[in-house]
Amino acid sequence: MSRALAHTLVVAILAALLAVAFWRSGYAFQWEGVWAYRQKFVSGWLTTVAMSLFSLVLSALVGLVTAVGLRSRWPLVEAAARVYVELIRGTPLLVQLLIGFYVVANAVGLENRYVVGALVLALFSGAYMAEIFRGGLAAIPAGQRDAARAIGLTPWQSMRLVILPQAIRLVLPAVAGQLVSLIKDSSLLSVIAVSELTLAAQEVNSFTYSTLESYLPLAAGYLLLTLPLSALSRWLERHFAYEAG
Amino acid sequence: MELVVKGLTQAFGTTTVLDRLDLTTGDIRALVLVGPSGGGKTTLLRILAGLDLAKEGSVSFAGVTVPRDEPGLLAYRRKVGTVFQAYNLFPHLSALDNLTLPLVHVHGLSPAAARERVAEPLERFKLAEHAHKRPAQLSGGQKQRIAILRALASQPERLFLDEPTSALDPEMTAEVLEMIGELKEIGTRFVLVTHEMGFARRVADEVAFVGGGKVVASGPAATMFEHCPEPRVREFFARILP
Repeated sequence: MSRALAHTLVVAILAALLAVAFWRSGYAFQWEGVWAYRQKFVSGWLTTVAMSLFSLVLSALVGLVTAVGLRSRWPLVEAAARVYVELIRGTPLLVQLLIGFYVVANAVGLENRYVVGALVLALFSGAYMAEIFRGGLAAIPAGQRDAARAIGLTPWQSMRLVILPQAIRLVLPAVAGQLVSLIKDSSLLSVIAVSELTLAAQEVNSFTYSTLESYLPLAAGYLLLTLPLSALSRWLERHFAYEAG
Repeated sequence: MELVVKGLTQAFGTTTVLDRLDLTTGDIRALVLVGPSGGGKTTLLRILAGLDLAKEGSVSFAGVTVPRDEPGLLAYRRKVGTVFQAYNLFPHLSALDNLTLPLVHVHGLSPAAARERVAEPLERFKLAEHAHKRPAQLSGGQKQRIAILRALASQPERLFLDEPTSALDPEMTAEVLEMIGELKEIGTRFVLVTHEMGFARRVADEVAFVGGGKVVASGPAATMFEHCPEPRVREFFARILP
């Protein structure tokens, strides 16, 4: 059986099971009420895309810098990176958003909730990225650094030309997984009243009392982002593929 | 290449690997370091190559002292070449890109000029047809010969080779040794760590026997192999030479 056919078959079976479940639940779908608010979904979805994209790029940068910090020879740098990673990974994003917006942003006079939300999200995801990158960097054999030094590369050139290209290939699947998480985690931005997709669904639900009609488009909206991302990741993995040797 | 090593000491944790090692050679082209495993040969070679910094002591080649600060060491490494036991080619690059990377990014050649520079050596050592392969697609002998060309591409003052054939089967060993022999003939200066005693005898101008973190004896190859006054060295050769 071809791979495409197998995928189609699995999706079809899953859809059939879901359809049966919905039918047996006796839920009466009322799409008209929700349809009236379609513009809200679209603008919410676009906000989610924008916030995710910004956080995605920033979290990769934060993660990379922190990963280098985690491997630093200087105890103070290593400690700062370690404390950041453990503090962020050990606490709920919800709390970080509330403290970030109502306490930290307030204290430094940052009022734009979209900017604060994207920054907190990037810092949150960056801590996970840091551990992924650290693992990738640690997996490159010491001989590669030796060879890079031997041919006269500076530490920065060695990182850019020798270590990173190999490490990126190793961490690609884990990074893609983390990015998918980031997109879904952006749903929590609704607690600081960022009008992204989840808040849109919540509002539409409260206007129309049509719960599933409000939240099913929400699921679809996230899949619309995460599925292409997974596909892109698989393509990149093939693109970067080479045998170790 | 007149090598003068004075009081070289290296320790990892509480283990002393080099213990106030002294070594002086004449103005020779090829120095071969031999001796038992764990005796300090590789540690010595890494310090000579500017990859590691000794805790104490000094090294000079032809009267020029090897620097002891990182910027100085970086400049020094750019003037010499190093070949490793495990090749350490960059697996994400083709053989050709492995050769041109240092030329382009360290020595400022244009990519086209770098490719032109390595074309002749690739031809001479019959590696041109493999230039576009990744390291994983090359045999061990081919990998090591590419690694030697990478070290040579920048036309270094001298080459350091750390057991270049220890990971290879006899046939590939022969092909790599043949290449090193050819390099000697065209005037390449090098320091070689090896367990291939027959080859050492043929290629070495001088041999240094390193054991217990010191140079036990050193001198012209013929003297060292045939009538070395040091009993430890005579025993070592008697055990491993046919």
